[in-house]
Amino acid sequence: MKSKEFQAIYIMWLREMKRFARSKSRIVATIVQPLFFLVILGSGLRSAVMPGMDVSSDYLTFLAPGIIAMAILFSSMFTGISVLWDRQFGFLQEVLVAPISRLSIIVGRTLGGATLSLIQGFIILAIAIFLGVPIASAFNLLFTVIFMVLLAFTAVGFGLVIASKMSDFQGFQIIMNLLLMPLLFLSSALFPIATNQGFPEAIRMLVFLNPLFFMVDGLRGSLTGMNYYFAPAIDFVIVLAICIFMMGLGSYFFNKSEA
Amino acid sequence: MKTQVLLLIKSALPKKERTNLDIIKTTNLTKKFGDFTAVDHISFSVNDGEIFGFLGPNGAGKTTTIKMLITLLNPTDGSADVAGFDIIKKRDDVRESIGVVFQEPALDTQLTGRENLDFHARMYGISKDKRKSRIEEVLALVDLKDKEEVLVKNYSGGMKRRLEIARGLMHYPTILFLDEPTLGLDAQTRRAIWEYIRKMNKEENTTIFLTTHYMDEADYLCDRIGIIDHGKIIVIDSTKNLKNSVGNDLITLSCTDMDKLRSRLEKEDWIKNIKSYDSFLTLGVEKGEEKIPMVFEIARAIDVKIKSISVGKPTLDDVFLHFTGRLMRNQEQDSTMKDRFKAHVGGR
Repeated sequence: MKSKEFQAIYIMWLREMKRFARSKSRIVATIVQPLFFLVILGSGLRSAVMPGMDVSSDYLTFLAPGIIAMAILFSSMFTGISVLWDRQFGFLQEVLVAPISRLSIIVGRTLGGATLSLIQGFIILAIAIFLGVPIASAFNLLFTVIFMVLLAFTAVGFGLVIASKMSDFQGFQIIMNLLLMPLLFLSSALFPIATNQGFPEAIRMLVFLNPLFFMVDGLRGSLTGMNYYFAPAIDFVIVLAICIFMMGLGSYFFNKSEA
Repeated sequence: MKTQVLLLIKSALPKKERTNLDIIKTTNLTKKFGDFTAVDHISFSVNDGEIFGFLGPNGAGKTTTIKMLITLLNPTDGSADVAGFDIIKKRDDVRESIGVVFQEPALDTQLTGRENLDFHARMYGISKDKRKSRIEEVLALVDLKDKEEVLVKNYSGGMKRRLEIARGLMHYPTILFLDEPTLGLDAQTRRAIWEYIRKMNKEENTTIFLTTHYMDEADYLCDRIGIIDHGKIIVIDSTKNLKNSVGNDLITLSCTDMDKLRSRLEKEDWIKNIKSYDSFLTLGVEKGEEKIPMVFEIARAIDVKIKSISVGKPTLDDVFLHFTGRLMRNQEQDSTMKDRFKAHVGGR
């Protein structure tokens, strides 16, 4: 790859950083919302015992990885979907007419979105540790970061797919409510599902069709070493496959949508 | 054998020179959206260093043509070379050689003016030192130096347009495409933008391809003009020639019996062309002021009463009317012919 392409990737990334830093409401919203979940919901229900949780675990320990996943998911998807904003405001044309490969444009944007969501993820991780969520080991922490990165990339890809299929902002709210909420609730990010005998068999099986489940499960297993369904290594393979597929799909749709 | 080669070289030489002159060349360029043909087999060329204007009403196919030339749309049929590169096979080379100012602002409003330029410079792979000095240069060219650190969302419409022009020039493009560069700007700002466009055409030696539906804009800026309507090019010529084809001066008159007067006037050889519209006639003539009394005399002799008459230099409005039989701005024909006549008589 030519150095020109790297420069383009860098400036696409830098642009995401600058835009984020200048959008105060976005900073506040993306950090405060998961914080509410973690501090209020997590602390309030800390001693509650949910069916399907490990005996040694309290609810905050269960919830923390789920909230990290949620924050990364929302933030990354937002970056992917913000292509829609660029199209609406015409800036996308400026990008598309530049002598830069489409791949570099996507890579730059994805890296930008992933960086932002990882920053948020780390802030929540730090708060979780501060609140007393146990970390299995330093090696596990590294593994956790890998899951966070993969989740971020997947969600940006997902956002790109949605952005290329939507032509206006009206659809945005619908996507959030009809797609993201079920995905989140059926991912066992907030409460256990697959191991919870209280749920009908059908719903417990539905979880295995949810890509987010494997990411949350992997994140949880690697971070806390508790409450996981699959071994993190298995989750990793599945998540990696999903990530590659989603990024490919996102790039494909992005390429197609402009011509 | 040798002579043959020499002959080949000789015949190839003038050809090559010609392709150098044609910085844009299209052959049967066509774009269809479903059943609708937006651009219909247009062939034209633009000379190196000139300001070329595409003039036509809204929906004539101007923007679609630009989008094909700047590689944002694939043509359905035909081909085009921009700066010597095929727009389909050599996309990246085309992109390197062109600058574009889009119809709608294409700036990142969350970034400052300077940051927008910096973004552009890096996207085009301009080196660090060059970037800095070039940003200064283009900012100076459009007089935005004092606003460089202001977020673009706080810019006025005119400032945004100037910044976009500056940005379009950042990477020393051979050709700058401007799609309706003064759309929605006030009269003063338009004037200023025109001056900037002329300035960069001269100082940077940039070929300029612009589209507009403003007659005065095309008239003031362009060396040559292509009039486009319903996806087809109606005529391409220099601004001067287009006006001359209508007549050096244009007499517009309304009278009691237009047909009668017209058939009489057609016998006069000092009238270059006569066109009749709903409620008025236009005559292309030399030295229009001296011809008015002659028209009156002729009319009186055949007992036709002239209600009003005016003479003026033909504008591109007249040119468009001449070639298409319609006015540019309003497509609802009947009423506008009258409006136009009023404007014609009243304005002169």
